[in-house]
Amino acid sequence: MRPELKNFKGFTLKNLPKYEGFAPGHRACQGCGNVLPLKLALKALGSNTIAVSATGCMEIISSPFPYTSWNIPWIHVAFENAASVASGIEAAIKALKRKGRISKRKKINVVVFAGDGATFDIGLQFLSGALEREHDFIYICLDNEAYMNTGVQRSSATPFGAHTTTSPAGKIVKGNVRWKKNLMGIVVAHNIPYAATASPAYPVDLMNKVKKASLVNGPAFIHVFSPCPTGWGCKTEDSIMTSKLAVETRIFPLYEVIDGKYILNRKIDKPKPIEEYFKLQRRFRHLTPEQIEYIKKHVDEEYEKIVKLSECFGAKS
Amino acid sequence: MGKVIAKEVSIAIAEAVAQCKVDVISAYPITPQTHIVEHLAELVNNGELDAEYIPVESEHAAMSACIGASATGVRTFTSTSSQGLLLMYENLFIASAFRLPVVMVIANRSISAPISIWNDHSDVMTMRDSGWIQTFAENGQEAVDLVYHAYRVAEKALFPVALNIDGFTLSHVIEPIELLDQELVDKYVPPLRMKYKLDPKKPISMGAIGVPEIYTEAKKAQDKALKASYRIIMNAWKEFEKLTGRRYQPIESYKMEDAEVTLIIMGSLAGTAMDAVDLLRKKGKKVGLIRIRLWRPFPLKDFLRAIGKVRAIGVVDRAVSHGSTGGPVGIEVRSALYQSNKRPKVVNFVAGLSGRDVTVEDFVELFEKTYEAISKKPRFSYEIYGVKE
Repeated sequence: MRPELKNFKGFTLKNLPKYEGFAPGHRACQGCGNVLPLKLALKALGSNTIAVSATGCMEIISSPFPYTSWNIPWIHVAFENAASVASGIEAAIKALKRKGRISKRKKINVVVFAGDGATFDIGLQFLSGALEREHDFIYICLDNEAYMNTGVQRSSATPFGAHTTTSPAGKIVKGNVRWKKNLMGIVVAHNIPYAATASPAYPVDLMNKVKKASLVNGPAFIHVFSPCPTGWGCKTEDSIMTSKLAVETRIFPLYEVIDGKYILNRKIDKPKPIEEYFKLQRRFRHLTPEQIEYIKKHVDEEYEKIVKLSECFGAKS
Repeated sequence: MGKVIAKEVSIAIAEAVAQCKVDVISAYPITPQTHIVEHLAELVNNGELDAEYIPVESEHAAMSACIGASATGVRTFTSTSSQGLLLMYENLFIASAFRLPVVMVIANRSISAPISIWNDHSDVMTMRDSGWIQTFAENGQEAVDLVYHAYRVAEKALFPVALNIDGFTLSHVIEPIELLDQELVDKYVPPLRMKYKLDPKKPISMGAIGVPEIYTEAKKAQDKALKASYRIIMNAWKEFEKLTGRRYQPIESYKMEDAEVTLIIMGSLAGTAMDAVDLLRKKGKKVGLIRIRLWRPFPLKDFLRAIGKVRAIGVVDRAVSHGSTGGPVGIEVRSALYQSNKRPKVVNFVAGLSGRDVTVEDFVELFEKTYEAISKKPRFSYEIYGVKE
C-alpha cells in the first residue's frame, strides 16, 4: 500500500464535511448526474483547491457571467486542454513553493473536471501527457457517455447500441455500433499511483476515492459514471437508480487501481438482469433481445477481466 | 554595462529569458525554435535557472500550460514556430482575453503545405487579430532587448507578448550581443505581482461563459486595453533607454527625412534593404526605409509621422493573404492611409517566402517598381515577387 494512504481514514455518513465548494443556483438540468459527483468531490477536497474545467455542461451551467457557482479558484480555458492547464497550475504552485512565495506546508489540490468527450476523445493526448509527466493533480472524468452539451452526439464513451443524434437507432443501423473505449485501461497503462471508478449512487465511496486521489503524490484519475436524464431519456428521479443498476448489472464495476494493484470494491456475484438497466432509458429502447444478449456477454467478459485482475494483481490489504 | 560577447541569437534570447527569472517554461520542440528551449532546459538542469520546465506533448499543451501557470501568478515563457503556432491557435485568443502576461518568442517560419522549415512571416500573420502585443526584431541585440521589454510590458499591460525573430536568418546567427547586468534586469523587470490569479485565499472564476448581453462589452474592454498598452510599451522603451542608452521606437526610419519613395518591411531583411537604400542614395535617388517594430497594437500615429512626405510606398510582405487585396502589412498600410490626408501611392510585394533570398539587387528592383507607381497606376494590387517563370 502507498505510504500516503496507509493511515487513510475515510468519510462516513456521520462525518461528512459541511463545506460546499460548489454553490446552488447553477443551471444544471434536473437529475443531472454530472453536477452531483462534482459537488461531492469538492466537498471531499475542501477549500484549498484550484479547479480546472474542460468546456462542457459543467462549465456552462456554473459560470454565466457575472455569476459563478465556484467557491474556489476556477479556470476554464478550452475543450481539450484541461489536463495541460492543470499541468501549468501545478508547476506554478511547485515554483511558488520552492521560491518561498507561498507556504510549503499546505497542499493545494489541483483538480480537473472534464466530460467524456473532453477525456476519451479530444483531450486524450493532453491527459496522457499530463499523466506521463507525473503532475500532482486529480483528473475527474464525468462520463455521461455522449456529447450532451451540444445535443447528445456520440463519443467514444458511448456504449454499444445506444441511440444518440449521431448514432441514431435507424431502420438498418440500430444505434452505436462500437464498444465503449476502455479508458481506465489506457489510464492505468500510464502507471499512475491512483485510478478509480466511482458512481453518484455510492456517494461516500466516491468522496473517499477523491480524498485518496488528493493524498497520493502524483497524478490520480477517477472515472465517474454520470447519468444524463436529458440525453439518456431517463426520468430525472431515476438518475441515482440508473447509476446503481449500472453497478449491479456489472456494466460499470467499481474498482481502484493503486500502484497497478486492482481492488474490486463491489463484487457482483449475482448480477441484476441487464434489461432492468436498459428499460429505464429511452436511448436503449430499440434494442432487440439478440442485441441485449450480445451486450450482456460483452459486459460479463469485461467484468470478469476486472475480477481476474483483482485476483491476480490485487492489493494484499 | 554588460560585456559584448559573440553568441548565437537563440542562446542569447534564452539567457535573457533566464535573467528575467521566469518561473515556468513550457515548450515543445519545432525547428527553428529548438535552440532557445534547449538552452533553457540546460540552464534549468544545471541549476542555473530556478524554474519548472514542462516538456509538454504538443504546442497546444505548451500554451495551455503557460495559461494555467500564468493564471496562477507566475512568470512564464514559451517559444514556437510555424505549425506549432498554428496548433496553439485557439489558446492565443484565450490568453489575451484572460489578460495573462505570457511571453512567447516565435522563430518565424513558413507554414505547410508545402512543408518548409525556412523563414517568412506566414506563421505569425495568422495571429494578427489574436489580441497579443506583437513585436519584430531585426538583429540579435534587438531581440535580446525586446525580451526584457516583453516581460516589462506584458506584466504592466497584462497582455501576452509575442516577440518575432526570423527563423534561421536571425535565430541561428552568431552576433556580438550585450546581455544586461543582472542588477539592471532586476530593476527593469521587477517581481511579478498579479492582482487577479488562481489563489485559494481569494477565489476568482476565469473563463466564464459570455452571453450575448455581455460578450460585446468584454471585447470592447479588451480592445480598449490593448490600444492603451501603447503608452506602456512606449514608457518601457523610454525606461530602457535611460538604463542602457539604447533607443527603441514603434517605427524605425532610415533616411526618411527627405525621402520621396520608401519601402516598408518587418524583421531581419531590413539590413539588406538599408544597403539598397545606401546604394540608391549614392545614385542620387531620394529613397528611405521604414521598419515596423511594433505590429500590434499598430502604432498609427508613429506610422503616419514616419512616412513624412513620400510620394510612393512599397510594402514588402513576408506572407500571402490568399484571395485578399494585399499582404497583411500591405492591407494595414492602405487602411491606415485611407483615414489620413496623406495619400501616397501604395504598391505591395510579397517577397522572401520560405527563406527565398531577397538580395540588395532585389530591393533595388522593388524600389524601382515603387518609383514607377508615382507616374503610372499600378497594374496589380499586390505582386508575389521573384516568381520563377
